[in-house]
Amino acid sequence: MMKSAPLISFVILALMGLMLDQFLNPYLQRTMALVLVNIILAMSLNLVNGYTGQFSLGHAGFMAIGAYTSAYLSTHWVAPAAIVPHLLFFIFYSLVSGCFAAIAGWLVGQPSLRLKGDYLAIVTLGFGEIIRVIILNSSALGGARGYFGIPGPSPISFGGLALNAFYSFYLVAILWVLTCFFVIYRTISSTHGRAFMSIREDEIAADSLGIHTTRVKVKSFVLSSFFAGVAGSLFSHCMNFIAPSTFSMLMSINVVIMVVLGGMGSMTGPILAAVIISVLPEALRPLQELTGQDYRMVIYSLILIVLMLVRPQGLLGHKEIWNFWRKTRVE
Amino acid sequence: MNPVLELEDLHVHYGSIHALKGVSLKVFAGEIVSLIGANGAGKTTTLRALSGIVPCRGRISMNSKEIQTLPSHQRVRLGLAQSPEGRGVFPLMTVEENLDMGAFIYSDKEQINQDRDFCFTLFPRLKERRSQLAGTLSGGEQQMVAISRALMARPQVLLLDEPSLGLAPLIVAQIFEIVKHLNELKKMSILLVEQNARMALKFSHRAYVMETGKITLSGNAADLLSDDSIRRSYLGH
Ligand SMILES: Nc1ncnc2c1ncn2[C@@H]1O[C@H](COP(=O)(O)OP(=O)(O)OP(=O)(O)O)[C@@H](O)[C@H]1O
Ligand SMILES: [Mg+2]
Repeated sequence: MMKSAPLISFVILALMGLMLDQFLNPYLQRTMALVLVNIILAMSLNLVNGYTGQFSLGHAGFMAIGAYTSAYLSTHWVAPAAIVPHLLFFIFYSLVSGCFAAIAGWLVGQPSLRLKGDYLAIVTLGFGEIIRVIILNSSALGGARGYFGIPGPSPISFGGLALNAFYSFYLVAILWVLTCFFVIYRTISSTHGRAFMSIREDEIAADSLGIHTTRVKVKSFVLSSFFAGVAGSLFSHCMNFIAPSTFSMLMSINVVIMVVLGGMGSMTGPILAAVIISVLPEALRPLQELTGQDYRMVIYSLILIVLMLVRPQGLLGHKEIWNFWRKTRVE
Repeated sequence: MNPVLELEDLHVHYGSIHALKGVSLKVFAGEIVSLIGANGAGKTTTLRALSGIVPCRGRISMNSKEIQTLPSHQRVRLGLAQSPEGRGVFPLMTVEENLDMGAFIYSDKEQINQDRDFCFTLFPRLKERRSQLAGTLSGGEQQMVAISRALMARPQVLLLDEPSLGLAPLIVAQIFEIVKHLNELKKMSILLVEQNARMALKFSHRAYVMETGKITLSGNAADLLSDDSIRRSYLGH
């Protein structure tokens, strides 16, 4: 891949964003923002569940850590805007949020990834719930009522063009989407990155080839937690309000669905699935108005079931969107 | 002369099962040593203990350095590589990627390429299949991948667990020829676990016979081959 690919994609996406900013209504813009958050969640979980072959069920927990860190920081600690450019704050908030989540990831991963087998699913499930309950009982974080008044980045103007607040958020979000994409892509396509996949395919063999499997698994888990924290931070600034109930087990499962539906072990599959899963309930909304009843979740679930029956290996399987139709490998 | 690999009084427990009850054996430089025995005797367990896949009690030394406390991933750096029972190839990686994983601990591209080419001359079939996913190879081809992958780690002692399992007689003969070739050309020491006792004894220098977790007999392969009790129990007449 070209060295300049991240920069070029950033410029292209930033320009596209100008159009989204001008032509989408606020409701669609919010959906779009959630799509970006979900893309980061799906990509990062895919590193653990897809590439490294471990089964984590605690992504909502790491996301919550990120979301509350960012909420707290942005309401308590604001540097004077005159000195530091406004958008940099938000990048900084998400960076710190990611680091907190990564530390939590290390604390959870270090003991549980040492064991071979499915312990991780149980431990992470428990972890997610513990985080939720801690927040629920913490008055500084708003408890069950939730955390209100989280600021989002304010609008910027661009050569005379007055832009909406959406665009500021969008810039920060695509910066992280691209960072997440390229960091994970580079990690897994290096020679050392194949260590992740060898663990998925045969952990004992990987171990006896000289791969420090525990360390590699922890590395994958910490990186994944970091980006989950970042996604949580973005989520809090996009919604302006967060509550413990948002970060329930259901949220974790939703991210697992994106990864499985997209194809574990494909970079682009989970991205595609994240888009579909975030947009589908919204796209089905007219149906609700038509029938007067909320059948959305029923239809949504049916679509998922059908997709999994038709493509049990996920939408893209192990392939990427750009070589989906090419039959290079025998599968 | 000191052995390159020595096991002393090795014990392995799987829960309540006492699978190895004090196994001792030696492999000297440049030797092919085979370990034969009935199903469930503990041969695979011995190799697993050697590679550090199962915890054990006792002593394992490599060139007089004790290694029993080292984790699995460090033992390969001391020159111990295993082609595991049931092959254990990475099914969703290509043949070539599998081989490259074997050289995971090295970063000298030049030598890695040479080693890979060497494997391809040993197994020309693998060269034809280099970009095929290993999971789609035939059993024999997967065996070739497993052996080659172990070779890529540049072992001083190569551990082979039933390389002939499920293979056609012609391929079995080929694999044994290659084992011998490696031993003669690369001066590699080889510890070979085999069900096919006749073949194993024919190609090794020395052998150990194992029964329910213990070594019951050992000696020169040629002597064992003509030993009456061995003939009755393991050679089928
Ligand atoms: N993971 C395990 N858990 C419990 N018992 C085990 C395990 N692995 C092996 N055993 C037991 O340990 C004993 C030795 O097994 P091992 O696999 O070493 O035999 P083997 O000599 O390699 O046999 P074969 O020739 O059939 O491969 C057997 O009784 C087996 O049932
Ligand atoms: Mg065995």
